[in-house]
Amino acid sequence: MVDLSVDIGGLKLKNPIMPASGTFSEDLAEVFDLDRLGAHVTKTITRGWRDGNPTPRVCEVNGSMLNSIGIPSKGVGAFLEKVVPFYAHYETPLVVSISGNTADEFATLCSEVSVPGVAAIEVNISCPNIEEDGKAFAIRPSSTHDVMRKLRAATDLPLWAKLTPNTGETSEVARAAEEGGADALVVANTILSMAIDINTRRPKLGNLMGGLSGPSLKPIALRMAYQCARATNIPVIGCGGISTIEDVIEYLIAGASAVQVGTATFIHPTAMISLIDGLEDWLAGQGLSSVRELVGSVIDGEQDEAVVFMEAAP
Amino acid sequence: MDAVPSIKAFELPLSVKSNDPVNGEYRRLVLAAPQDLLARCRAGQFFHLLCPQAGGETPYLRRPMSIYGFYPDQGELHFLYKVTGAGTRALATLALGDKLNVLGPLGEPFTIADDWQNLVLVARGVGLATLAPLALEANRLGRKLTAICSARHPDYLMSTDYFASLGADVITLTDAEGTSDLGNLEQVIEGLVAAGRADAFYTCGSNRMLRLLQTIGERHGIPGQIALEQQMACGIGMCHCCVRPFNRGDRQVHLRVCREGPVFDMMEAIAW
Ligand SMILES: Cc1cc2nc3c(=O)[nH]c(=O)nc-3n(C[C@H](O)[C@H](O)[C@H](O)COP(=O)(O)OP(=O)(O)OC[C@H]3O[C@@H](n4cnc5c(N)ncnc54)[C@H](O)[C@@H]3O)c2cc1C
Ligand SMILES: Cc1cc2nc3c(=O)[nH]c(=O)nc-3n(C[C@H](O)[C@H](O)[C@H](O)COP(=O)(O)O)c2cc1C
Ligand code: FES
Repeated sequence: MVDLSVDIGGLKLKNPIMPASGTFSEDLAEVFDLDRLGAHVTKTITRGWRDGNPTPRVCEVNGSMLNSIGIPSKGVGAFLEKVVPFYAHYETPLVVSISGNTADEFATLCSEVSVPGVAAIEVNISCPNIEEDGKAFAIRPSSTHDVMRKLRAATDLPLWAKLTPNTGETSEVARAAEEGGADALVVANTILSMAIDINTRRPKLGNLMGGLSGPSLKPIALRMAYQCARATNIPVIGCGGISTIEDVIEYLIAGASAVQVGTATFIHPTAMISLIDGLEDWLAGQGLSSVRELVGSVIDGEQDEAVVFMEAAP
Repeated sequence: MDAVPSIKAFELPLSVKSNDPVNGEYRRLVLAAPQDLLARCRAGQFFHLLCPQAGGETPYLRRPMSIYGFYPDQGELHFLYKVTGAGTRALATLALGDKLNVLGPLGEPFTIADDWQNLVLVARGVGLATLAPLALEANRLGRKLTAICSARHPDYLMSTDYFASLGADVITLTDAEGTSDLGNLEQVIEGLVAAGRADAFYTCGSNRMLRLLQTIGERHGIPGQIALEQQMACGIGMCHCCVRPFNRGDRQVHLRVCREGPVFDMMEAIAW
């Protein structure tokens, strides 16, 4: 028997495979038993009602995709009334993803969703906010630290900070999140991208630009997961471009304690189930008794800090 | 709070039985499918197809395709598609025995209310693919059906024999014969209304037809349903990329074509 369980900042998961926010919902329960998953992570919500962006909201680019869904939200009331009770039917812990336009609004929502049935809160500090001229909190260490301190004060639940690849200060932001009170880091969200239809000369997304996800994002998010694991002492949850069992193993070796799967679920809705089964088989085949033996096992030699934490390609 | 939902959508690799051109632009794909899957299918629902990486094409996301026919007795699932871009060009390369990964059945089907005895179906082009299985259902329920089929040219009319074989009255309108303009279509439909042969309308896709049917529907208090399209990623309701606006009461709401649709109340739909 291989032990697939992991501990994410005090929250025990039966396996390290969970969905990425925005690519999972109650609807997937009509495809497989959601209790197989390590955790349930909901789509980011905001306090108030929001409409989301104009269509088209997705397009595909060379074996990956761009999305500009935005954060359509029915608000916190509807969420507590409908969504939280749905997941009470499952043993798998529920992780609620939230966001806010300002640090104070964010913190208020954080305390509002700290209710029985919620096991951890994932704070999506990677989407644009008003106080920072539309820049995401997680682009800068200072705004990351400020918002995390307010969020920390607002809840006793484990806090997972979701970082953005749209920064040149990955390790500084990771440390700022840790110092601000994060119990784990989710690395990472989508990277800002664009595509244009050459016939109509119009941007392919209704919102001009959107986030790249899928296999093309993997080397970038993997690099960040490695850097974050090296920069901090809190668990890292790898996210970005995972679709095969080899992808999962690569993230674990890089230092991630668990992974989130997003776009792959759109291609194969049962992708996460295949990955859980595949991980168990792979570990058994390697003669390993626990997935934890793999975490951070990368053989990277004695590297200078300037190399480990570099922010430009050599 | 309801219990945990039951499994309703299946991801399966199905074998291709045939994939032949129907006319210049359209092809019919026939897949061998298990009976329990076919037994779940309903007119108006769709499957999300994982088009192969073939013929130099590299489609990534799945492509939504209406169920054109489902035959539990023969173990067959049919699609009728128009070759338009990377995904459908790749679909066109499928040959006997090849596998195609499908996800479905998905979405809300057409419904036929008990007091809708006389149905009018108005379709153009590939919209026929979506409406064809409705004819089968109407036939099964013993309802009278008038199928108004519109196309650019008589050669591009599809499924008319199929509708006729199911006992439908078929009315064909074509651009080539100058009979497909909206004015004529309105006259034809008003004729059916006057004859008491229009209790409900079914249509899909076309903006102009929607506007016309909404006007006629409002004039005479005749309800209807429309199947709509929108770009999709997940196909099962998770990503919210496939929304369209609808009028509901005095509000506008955004609904997911893959989940609340693809079949919607014709009067709530908003022409685009
Ligand atoms: C519920 C539903 C049922 C459909 N049923 C049929 C059918 O029975 N027969 C048929 O021929 N077509 C049908 N379509 C349209 C079909 O999905 C598109 O023609 C197809 O996705 C085009 O893919 P492509 O790669 O060939 O074209 P491309 O233009 O290269 O596609 C690029 C992207 O745009 C999307 N896209 C392009 N056109 C449409 C469209 N009209 N609707 C939604 N997404 C689109 C594609 O899925 C893909 O993600 C249906 C669409 C929906 C939403
Ligand atoms: C359609 C879509 C919607 C998303 N919505 C959210 C969201 O609401 N909140 C969030 O933190 N991340 C969101 N993401 C980002 C994913 O959670 C994930 O970080 C990203 O897609 C990279 O993983 P992947 O390559 O496995 O998809 C979304 C991604 C996609 C494709
Ligand atoms: S395609 Fe994802 S919600 Fe409709």
